[in-house]
Formats: sequence, C-alpha cells, structure tokens
Amino acid sequence: MRLSLPLAAEVAAARAIAALSRLAGAGGGTTVPGKLLTTLHPGALDRLAARLAAGAGVVSATNGKTTTAAMAAEILRPRFRLAHNAAGANLVSGVASALLAAPGAELGLFEVDEAALPEVLRRVRPRAVCLGNLFRDQLDRYGELELVAERWRDAAAKLPAEARLVVNGDDPQLAAIGRARADAVVFGLDDPRLARPALQHAADSTHCVRCGAPYTYAAAYVGHLGDYRCPACGDARPALALAAREVELHGLEGASFTLAAPEGRRRIELALPGLYNVYNALGAAALARALGASLDEIVAGLARFSPAFGRFERIAVGDRRLLVLLIKNPAGANEAVRTLVEGGAPRLAVIALNDAIADGRDVSWIWDVDFEPLLEGLERLVATGDRAAELALRFRYGGLDERAIEVEPSLARALDRGLALTPPGGELVVLPTYTAMLELQRLVAERGLARPYWERAA
Amino acid sequence: MSTIRVGHLYPDYLNIYADRGNIAVLARRAAWRGHTLEVTPLGMDDPIVPGAHDLYYIGGGQDREQLLVAANLAAKAEPLREAVERGAAVLAVCGGYQLLGRGYRGFHGQDMPGAGLLPLETVAGERRMIGDVLLECELEPGERRTLAGFENHAGRTRLDPGAEPLGRVLAGFGNDGESGFEGCRAGRVIGTYLHGPLLPRNPWLADWLLAQALAHRTGGDPPRLAPLADELEARAHEVAAARARSRGGRF
Ligand SMILES: [Zn+2]
Repeated sequence: MRLSLPLAAEVAAARAIAALSRLAGAGGGTTVPGKLLTTLHPGALDRLAARLAAGAGVVSATNGKTTTAAMAAEILRPRFRLAHNAAGANLVSGVASALLAAPGAELGLFEVDEAALPEVLRRVRPRAVCLGNLFRDQLDRYGELELVAERWRDAAAKLPAEARLVVNGDDPQLAAIGRARADAVVFGLDDPRLARPALQHAADSTHCVRCGAPYTYAAAYVGHLGDYRCPACGDARPALALAAREVELHGLEGASFTLAAPEGRRRIELALPGLYNVYNALGAAALARALGASLDEIVAGLARFSPAFGRFERIAVGDRRLLVLLIKNPAGANEAVRTLVEGGAPRLAVIALNDAIADGRDVSWIWDVDFEPLLEGLERLVATGDRAAELALRFRYGGLDERAIEVEPSLARALDRGLALTPPGGELVVLPTYTAMLELQRLVAERGLARPYWERAA
Repeated sequence: MSTIRVGHLYPDYLNIYADRGNIAVLARRAAWRGHTLEVTPLGMDDPIVPGAHDLYYIGGGQDREQLLVAANLAAKAEPLREAVERGAAVLAVCGGYQLLGRGYRGFHGQDMPGAGLLPLETVAGERRMIGDVLLECELEPGERRTLAGFENHAGRTRLDPGAEPLGRVLAGFGNDGESGFEGCRAGRVIGTYLHGPLLPRNPWLADWLLAQALAHRTGGDPPRLAPLADELEARAHEVAAARARSRGGRF
C-alpha cells in the first residue's frame, strides 16, 4: 500500500522532467511527466483530480473533442483556474500531465481518447461528462464501433449518482446511453433546413440500436447524426433539452445559431465554420452548463473562442496564407470537404496521408471519404505523406485527371510546391492527417510563422 | 465493347473498409478498355437471378451488420450457386468472405449461417488479427503475382482439405494465423480478408476479375485486356508491401 507522503516528491520529480523536456525542445513534455508520475505512483491521477475544488468535466467523441473541450474551457476560464489538456494529449498520462502543469487549478477540463474514457472516468470521477459522437475511426486501433459504444455504456453506468451525463441525442448510440440515466441532458440540432438529402456513404449507426431495422431520418445532419426514427419498434431521437435552432453557416468565416435551453434562448456567434462546429459548440455549452455556467457566460465564451492549428486556423506565410484542416476519419473529412466547398471549392490542395499509429495504420478510410465534391474545382492536387501514392490513387479512381496529380512524399517539399503554385495574396488549403499535421506545425514553427503548440496551450 | 453487369450485395450493410474503392477500380479499368460497368445494388429484398450478373461483389461489415445479412444471404444460397455454376465471377472481402463459407461460429452462441459457396468455415478467435499483409498468388499457372492489403478480423477461417487458398502468406496473419494461407479460390470465386482496399494497389486482380466477368458475358474464354501504365498503382503496392514486410501481423 502507498502512503500519501511520497506523492509530493513524485509530483515534484515529474514537474522537473516537464521543465527539462521543454528546455531540451522535446515537444513540450506534454505526456512525459504524466507517464513518469503514473508509473511512479499508479494512484496519482485519482489523487490529483480529487484536489480540484470544483471537480472536473470530461469530453469524449470520435470527432471534435479537442475543439469541444477548448470551447468549454473558454466559457469557464473567467470563473475558475483551469487544468486543461489543450495540447491534445488525451490518454491517462496526458490528463495527469495537465493536472501536474496546473498546481492551483480549481476545475479540470479534459478531452479524453475514446478507448481511455472508462479508465479516466474511474480515476478522475468527473462532475460532468459530455459524449459527443461515435463514428468509425481507426478500426485497427479501437476495434469496431459497437465495442467502443459498449465500453462507454458500462463506464457511464458506473458514474457516481451525482455526476451529470450530457449526450448528443442525434447519435442513436449515445441517446441509448443517455436513456439509462434519468437525469442525462440531451442536446441536438433542430433545423431541418440544413438536413442532407441522403445519408452519406460513411454513415455508421444507421440501423436501430434496439431491433436492427434501418432508421428513417426526418433530417440527417452530419454522418448518421440527425433526427431518426425506427419504423419497426419506434426507437427515436429523444426530446432535446438543449437545441441549436436557426443555424446560419457563413462559408469559411463562421456560423451562428440560436441556443434553446429550458432557462432561455440566446444567439451564439462562432468564428469557426461548418455544421460540425455547431455540434462542438452545442456540446461545449451543454458541458459548461452542467458545470455551472450561465447562458450569458456561454455566449461570451463561444464568441471569444478562436480555432487552433489544424482546425480552420489561417496562418500567414509571407504574402500567402495557409488554411490547415485536420482530416482523420471519414465523418470528419466529409465535413471538412463540405465546409471547404461551400466556401468556394479550391483549385489547388495539398493533402497529406500518413499511416503512423496515431493516423491509423489502415489507410482504407480515405476511400470512404466523399472527396468527390472537391473534384469540380480542383485543378491540381499535391499528394504527400508516407502513403502519398495511395492518396493519389484515391483521387485518380475518383475521377481526377492523372495529369492534375503530383506525388511528393516529403511534406516539406510538398508544402513548398503548394506555396509556389499559390498566387500572391492567395490561400493554400492543406488537409493533413494527425501526424502530418504535427509535422506541418513543426515546419511552420521552424520558419518562424507560428508558435509551437505547447506555448499556445496556455 | 461490352457492358459488364455487377451485382453488389448488401451495399447498405456491408460497406466498411472502402468497398466502394474496389468498385471504382473495376469501373474505371473497364472504362479505360472501352467497356461499361453497370453496378446494381442487391439488398435484402432483391432476388439473385442466375445469369443476370457477370460479377458479384460482397464487402465487409462490422459484426452487427454482418449478423443482419447472414440469414438473408443463406436463404439465397441456391440461386447464387447456380449463378456461379453458369460462370459468374465473385469477389468477397472480409465479412463477405466469411459469409460465403458454411458459417461463422461466434464466442457467445452468435452463430451465423453461411451461403456454403466456398469450402471453409470460420470460428471466432480471442485476439483480432490486425495488420498489413502480403501474399503470393498463382491464379493462372506460371503467373505468380503478389497482393498487398490490410487485414482486421477475429475469425479464424479453416479451409477444407483439398481447398485452394487464394495465396501463400509472405507477411501477416492470413486465414487463421498459422496455416500460412490466405483466402480461398474456387474457379471464378475469390474470397479474401484483404481490404485496404484490395484492388487499387493490386490492379492485376481487378483485371483478372474483369476478364472472368467478360468471359461470362460473352460465353467465351477470358479475354486478354490491354495493359495500362499503372505507375501510381505500382508505387502504392510497393509501399504497402514494404509495410507488410516490416510490420505485418504475427503472434
Ligand atoms: Zn427498432
């Protein structure tokens, strides 16, 4: 058995490691100290989390968890000193590192990896949990969607009675998890004008969670998220406690919507575009509200929020600009494509496909992405990354003329090539997978164009 | 110039792992030779009519979707068998491959019937077999070719004695992680765990399937298709094959 005394020493050791690792330029030490601490003292995370006077809020989702957690942090920052894993280190060690880095924190706000969620919930014992969405993602790493849903269901059932569960009711799997708790808060989109005419190719949970019959959709918004109903057994989207209504999408510049809550209605303005960011904002609002934020604080926090690298941030490069959009799975990539095309389809794009563990070793997902809307305007594609040729094949067999495709596995050279092809004053669209995005961020930082992510995290 | 008729089985249920990539490759490679590929989705309520299609495609799904279609496909085993006896070609990938055997025995009594078209059966294993795969095949005597793909399956597939595998495993797990074989081939029917998807980086197999489908269409021998440049395909194959050699699955 461990006594409480050693924890202080181990915490100090881990903090020292974090400082050293930053000095050495080794990636800001965003997970190293947490890994060290959890090795030295397996119960450390539980104890550090227990010190948070206002408790913790946790977000998990296949897509948007980084943005959702960051939005919730922006809403709650004026009220609490925060511990927040803003740099995207979202396993147990990343959460521990964030707690180590914020010694006086009152409230924890953590994005958590789908597979790590059960352990984090057990250890952190959060006051509020937001489940955003479940899409197929890296089946080679997570296993099948059903398996993740099952683990979440178990973890949610084990939450203490006083914890508040917040779920996206537009996702049938999550609605089912919410239904098991009487006080779950259900949020969703309520604006049929924005519905898609048909389910996308990559739509996942399109069959009834109870009886297996295909759902019929009054409105499908993003992937399988929407207003669904099972004609066979009557399973349907639950009533929404928090809804986004009268949604306006302003091309690549932003979005706005009316947040309808039991206590009132407010107009929300976002500097992030796309319907999926409306979902992120809605999830963040629901989570912040469960942690005590008022509607006015939500409006102000979301209005202050600015995107992070790879999430629609624009970076000036001399007299040109980079627009970087992370793509990592079919549902997320579809929304990136849809938002891009609605803002005017680009004539040139650099798309980077890596296959490291964090990207997913199985690259077959690129074939499930609806890239086709890009083809209408695309005159040149620079395919890059470790699997550049595979990506080029995706576009060639999707119908892009082979002469319009350049294959350049080196990301640095592909970036130079893309910038050279961009006219002065123009914008270069780059769609990288996760590790390609980190590499791109490093390239851009080396050239003095952006601050590294661990400095931006504060 | 012919119209090649493809029956795509259960596209609403079995469409994971880029099945539409395989279809897109067949369609473009047919078009580049002046043929037309006509793809008809065959869902739960659609009958299989022997002679109506030259090539059947059945893809992969997650366990839940697979369970939903298994009984439906088993009930259509007779017309499917007749279609194959009349010379139709079949490509079955991953879950679709398992469904063409005699059945799938699950861990928790979730048994699934199969169509019994291929001489094999599948039993659930404890650990999933996940990773890059490289095979050596010889579908036509003297023509050795490699196939590079990605596998992700819990099922262990055992071929009956005397059954012909699709290929020999050079790297990766294959059918069961121990026999050294992958997939199954019976005449013009091919079943395999390889997705990735399979055909874009292995265009020779796409062409082989198109030739078999054309043979069914015209009633003659499989024609020789005009060769294509396939430089991108070769580069993608090379990278995928290297992945399998360096990190293909093994226990
Ligand atoms: Zn139902």
